Amino acid sequence: MLLERHGPDARLVAGGHSLLPMMKLRLAAPEFLVDINDLTDLDYIRVDGDEIAIGAMTRHAAVLSSAILAEHYPIFRDAERVIADPIVRNRGTIGGSVCQADPSEDLSAVAAALGATMVIRSLEGTRTVSAREFHTGPYETVVGPTEILVEQRVPIRPGSGSAYEKLDRRAGDWAIAAGGCFISLDGGGVVTDVGIGLTAVGAHHFCCPEAEAFLRGRVASDEHLIAAAAKAAEAANPQTDQRGPADYKRHLAGELTKRALRRAVARARGEEA
Amino acid sequence: MQVTMTINGTEISREVEPRLLLVHFLRDHLGLTGTHWGCDTSNCGMCVVTMDGVLVKSCTVLTAMAGGREIGTVEGMERDGVLDPVQEGFMQEHGLQCGFCTPAMMLTARALLDATPDPTVGEIREAICGTTCRCTGYENIVRAVQWAAEHPAREEVTA
Repeated sequence: MLLERHGPDARLVAGGHSLLPMMKLRLAAPEFLVDINDLTDLDYIRVDGDEIAIGAMTRHAAVLSSAILAEHYPIFRDAERVIADPIVRNRGTIGGSVCQADPSEDLSAVAAALGATMVIRSLEGTRTVSAREFHTGPYETVVGPTEILVEQRVPIRPGSGSAYEKLDRRAGDWAIAAGGCFISLDGGGVVTDVGIGLTAVGAHHFCCPEAEAFLRGRVASDEHLIAAAAKAAEAANPQTDQRGPADYKRHLAGELTKRALRRAVARARGEEA
Repeated sequence: MQVTMTINGTEISREVEPRLLLVHFLRDHLGLTGTHWGCDTSNCGMCVVTMDGVLVKSCTVLTAMAGGREIGTVEGMERDGVLDPVQEGFMQEHGLQCGFCTPAMMLTARALLDATPDPTVGEIREAICGTTCRCTGYENIVRAVQWAAEHPAREEVTA
């Protein structure tokens, strides 16, 4: 296998819409590129038992238009609609996006919110890693130099609602801040399960367990959603940069989490598509 | 490295540097300067071409990655002296000012109409949101695409 032969000097290139810009900026300088665009058997979205399996070579455009994801997790559609533009979405892949591990990347927050499992393969075999343990830091993941991410698996949660809310400076830009979630309610409107993901605001592993723990077992009232969103803002650790000052981003982390929770609850109740 | 691909229906083989971007291969090696080079960061969309029938930004595709694939550029829109209805529409509705975005806009419109022959204004605007007109002539660009949708047959065109 080429990665075994060339080791860390080699990089996989899928859509190339993260790696090629990094190479142009001289932030990446691989000696060898392995073009995996012919791995079309990694391009799929399918129901597999009680999970949805998404192949790593699935393009953003396919994620956006997937009927399976629209039915079970509208959070994907919400997020994909605001990732770059339709032409970039033709090319970029879900695997490349999460492996780039940009701290402002949207699908990493979606995977963290949904508690996805990442399936990683090498010549030695296959291993799985929780989405919340996948990223080891900005632009770094647990995927080793001789490994490839092949699949993302998301547990199906019947009756749940999900949503993604992002603010960007112009259409299709990276997020100033964004938050996404799923929420499951019982017959009495009590939160039985919830996952919250944040991006671009320095949340550890793109998630905020404190807000989730607060909501679990509580009625999904607007008062509780607002309190949970405040905990998400506390969990954020944003940096001041060209996209805005830290306190503004912290405010957004709370506000966007609140909007996502409200929309997810409305969807769980069947009040919104 | 040796790269072979089909461009506008013709197979082309060249020796290229591995780092060469597709946009530069088209422009500098083949003289197909209808594909423009803008931001170089996959934002502006001036370098749009089709690869195996799908719109891509050629500033973010290595020439080597296009090997074995079918590339379509604006030079391939006219056939036997007859313009594509999209090209005709851009003339009829004054869909260009400086013309820099026009090749990308027309290829994008062609791909839209192939998938959605009768698009709404909203669908047209969504389709072209990855290509930037710095003259901001979007109203006429949308009208040009609508004209092409209303005149889908090449035979109907009159220069």
